[in-house]
Amino acid sequence: MLLLGLILLPAAAGLLATFLRSVRSRVAVLVGVASLHVVGTAWLWWAHDVSALGGWLAVDALGRIVLSVVSLVFLAVAVYAIGFLAAQQAKGRRLFIRCLLAFLSAASLVSLAHHLALVWIGMEATTLALAPLVFFKRDRRSLEAAWKYLVLSSVGIALALLGTFFLAAAQVDGRPLILEDLILGAATLRPGLLHAAFVFLLVGYGTKMGLAPLHSWKPDTYGEAPSLVAGLMAGALTSCAFLGLARTTEVMAAAHQTAFIQPPLLALGLASLIISAGFMIGQADLKRLLAYSSVEHMGLLAIALGIGGAGTYGAALHLLNNGLIKTVMFLAVGNVVMLSGTSEASATRGLLRRAPITGALLVAGLFAVTGSPPFGLFVSEFTILGAAFHEGLVWLAVVVLALLAVIFVGMARMILGVAYGRADADAPRLVETFPLVAGSVLLGGLVLMLGLYIPSPLHDSLAEAARALGGGAP
Amino acid sequence: MLRAILGLFAILLVAPIVPGIANRVKSALTGRRGAPVLQLYADLWKLWRKGVVYSPTTSIVFRLGPAVLAATTVLATCLLPLDGATSLVGFTGDLVAFAGLLALGRFMLVLAALDTGSSFEGMGASREVTIAAFAEPALILCFTVLAMATGRLQLQDMLGPPLAQAWLAAAPSLLLGAASLFVLSLAEACRVPVDDPLTHLELTMIHEVMVLDHSGPDLALVLYAGALKMTLFGSLIVRVLVASVAVPAPVALVLLLGGLALYGALVGTVESGMARLRMNRVPQILVAASAIAGFGLILLLK
Amino acid sequence: MHSFHELILLLVVLSDFWVLGTTRLSSTIRATAIQGVLLAALPIALYLHPSVHLIGLALGTFLVKAVVLPYFLTRAIREAAVRREIEPLIGFTASLMLGAAAVALSFAIAPRLELGSIPSAMLVPVALATVIIGLIVLTTRNKALTQVVGYLILENGIYIFGLTQAERVPFLVELGVLLDVFAGVFIMGIVVFHINRAFDSLDSALLTELKD
Repeated sequence: MLLLGLILLPAAAGLLATFLRSVRSRVAVLVGVASLHVVGTAWLWWAHDVSALGGWLAVDALGRIVLSVVSLVFLAVAVYAIGFLAAQQAKGRRLFIRCLLAFLSAASLVSLAHHLALVWIGMEATTLALAPLVFFKRDRRSLEAAWKYLVLSSVGIALALLGTFFLAAAQVDGRPLILEDLILGAATLRPGLLHAAFVFLLVGYGTKMGLAPLHSWKPDTYGEAPSLVAGLMAGALTSCAFLGLARTTEVMAAAHQTAFIQPPLLALGLASLIISAGFMIGQADLKRLLAYSSVEHMGLLAIALGIGGAGTYGAALHLLNNGLIKTVMFLAVGNVVMLSGTSEASATRGLLRRAPITGALLVAGLFAVTGSPPFGLFVSEFTILGAAFHEGLVWLAVVVLALLAVIFVGMARMILGVAYGRADADAPRLVETFPLVAGSVLLGGLVLMLGLYIPSPLHDSLAEAARALGGGAP
Repeated sequence: MLRAILGLFAILLVAPIVPGIANRVKSALTGRRGAPVLQLYADLWKLWRKGVVYSPTTSIVFRLGPAVLAATTVLATCLLPLDGATSLVGFTGDLVAFAGLLALGRFMLVLAALDTGSSFEGMGASREVTIAAFAEPALILCFTVLAMATGRLQLQDMLGPPLAQAWLAAAPSLLLGAASLFVLSLAEACRVPVDDPLTHLELTMIHEVMVLDHSGPDLALVLYAGALKMTLFGSLIVRVLVASVAVPAPVALVLLLGGLALYGALVGTVESGMARLRMNRVPQILVAASAIAGFGLILLLK
Repeated sequence: MHSFHELILLLVVLSDFWVLGTTRLSSTIRATAIQGVLLAALPIALYLHPSVHLIGLALGTFLVKAVVLPYFLTRAIREAAVRREIEPLIGFTASLMLGAAAVALSFAIAPRLELGSIPSAMLVPVALATVIIGLIVLTTRNKALTQVVGYLILENGIYIFGLTQAERVPFLVELGVLLDVFAGVFIMGIVVFHINRAFDSLDSALLTELKD
């Protein structure tokens, strides 16, 4: 019942929002639903073994982690939307809130579905729900971005469906495409079809994650979408896409196919790191920079899955950290855009003086996102690299470290320039109202906490997720 | 043997009618009366009685061209089982000889064209060779389909009774092969959409521009060989399709002649429906023909 | 032994080639419509005693793939005033050759996939070939409309593969209809915004970066 509620409540609220006349009440519905969703998700951490629709929906460790990311990120974005919509013209607001709520519903479906066809349906719905929001500005550039986003995502989604069909064909007995039955009967899966299924699902969900070389929609889309939508994409949508890939990995691990999946995962992951490092150097736009940062972290996640062992624990933790911090960064950049009217880095200087909290969040976020202590990403990246050493992939760890260093330089140069720098004396200041910073501060605080201390229920969940992915806790 | 010789003569005799039918059908479908079906006989007779003019810049190669072309085309005809059972000349692997004879004739004609030293002929020759480079692989692919389907390497068997057996087992492949042969025949017979036999604008002609300098009996030979080549490809297609019903030899010959008339009408219909393709699109439809035949081959291999 | 469904699958591949080889957009749309009709006939031809489910699938497929989408595509041509694919990234001859290679590859790979009992041995190779040819059209053509056609072909390939599981896993094939939603959105985009060409990258700085 709770699971169905988590999926259906946002959808119903989206419908309700269509009929509400005042903006204030629609935003209230948005924030209310987001809060309820967080409460419901929190409840899942205590209520074990919940399932619905005859096992089509169920809660497991990995799904719970992704759902938590989605839920927290959405709450932060919903609160931010209060401030954002107040600063916009009325145009498009109704659609805006409806699409956001539809996305929440679809993302919850992806996190909770244990029927892989249902996972796919949710993934398609997330893609469609956010497309109108990319076209929010209603100009040529955003039209182009929305078009590219749809074309590439739709091909990815189509190939993922083909992969799902292959997986169904590989299955000999058990309820078709139910995750538990696939894992239980993993030994009987037909290997040829299983390999084909993995390749198509990797390419399909990899496109949605934005793994290089399938990432080309990402900079354009994140660059043109409103910052809070980009934050939702980088935080929640990519996490859902990763979950799709992780579900596949679970089946492959259960079928003892880790040797088959390692090379493609490492190759796509490394390609993502290399490409993002290359394009971050000399980037001129903050949102595009963050888009490449998202490509980088998706690459790290793929590498972590490929390494296996403790790397899977790192992957689950990194998923959590990355989802939270990316939203912080995008919401902070949203404030920069509100201040300067553009996300081009050269347009903004002296942010720390003109918008102190935003500036501080951006600088803190820079260190967090590049994996510096004491933030959570340091712990997760350290775990992943440690796993690489442990599994005998020393060369991989060295290459990744070198690329991370390049990425740090590229990001720091740009963000520090925006945060410090010398602003004109009469440069406008941003009134940092509560909605504009509250969500970011909350999520940033969580990332900081994860760097210092991982609560034991979370640790247990991460370890359980790692075991499902064929690895274990370090 | 007698039947085979009879078949050969029948084909040699009716060859000029096939393009005549095509032209007449095309005229009728585009609302004109058109030339009589037997027009080519009159043309050939007229040319045969005329004298020959040779440019002083040409050599013996120029004079050889038409003769070799006509001879090789007639020889190629001898390799086909026109009555459905036996061909006049046949040996294992004669399908390669068939393709080779046609290629040799084309080669000599191209040489003759180059021998004139005229830029028009040179251009025509270059176009002819471009088309041949795409058409010949397609022909070999079609033959491969037939050979794979029947398990034989002799035209007499590939187009004879074993083919009737093959229709039961490999109908899709044979249909694809026949379709590919039809596209190919349009190219080989210099018909629309590859070439336009009626155009007399040097820049757009392919085959016609190559033979501009031939006159009298030489031109008659070239024209006759062209008609015969079209008939040859028509016979190939008709044989492939007709083989699905097994009938005694005399009936087979009648079927072949009837099929040729239908083939001529089909070519005329195609011509009335479309324009000549741009030169750079011609290789494309030949590649498409190869792809279709190749697909037929794949179906046989699986 | 050569039954109706093999003929249908054969024609599907030929219509793939047709799309690869023609420049005229109206002609490619006709090809997709014909492919839609073929795909609608396929489930009934495959299973000699079709269930109500399969008949419904056939009817739905016919409606969506053979009637609705081609109709809107034709409208889109008029709205966007595009007739021909002028400058494909890969020439038509080369893409035909690629298509032929794709067919050969699919027939080579398919036997290795060791599917259990499926209604026709040609089903999987034709599905794979159609998917690959769809991807070829999608990636090598510049007109937005041709790309939609490529996407439809890709989808059709997936649908054909799904038919192998149509009996065992109910309502799996029907998920393909959700892909048609994308196609619908694209066509809408073309009609409403007059998107004629597909977009290149937004970032001109990015292009210069790629050079060095």
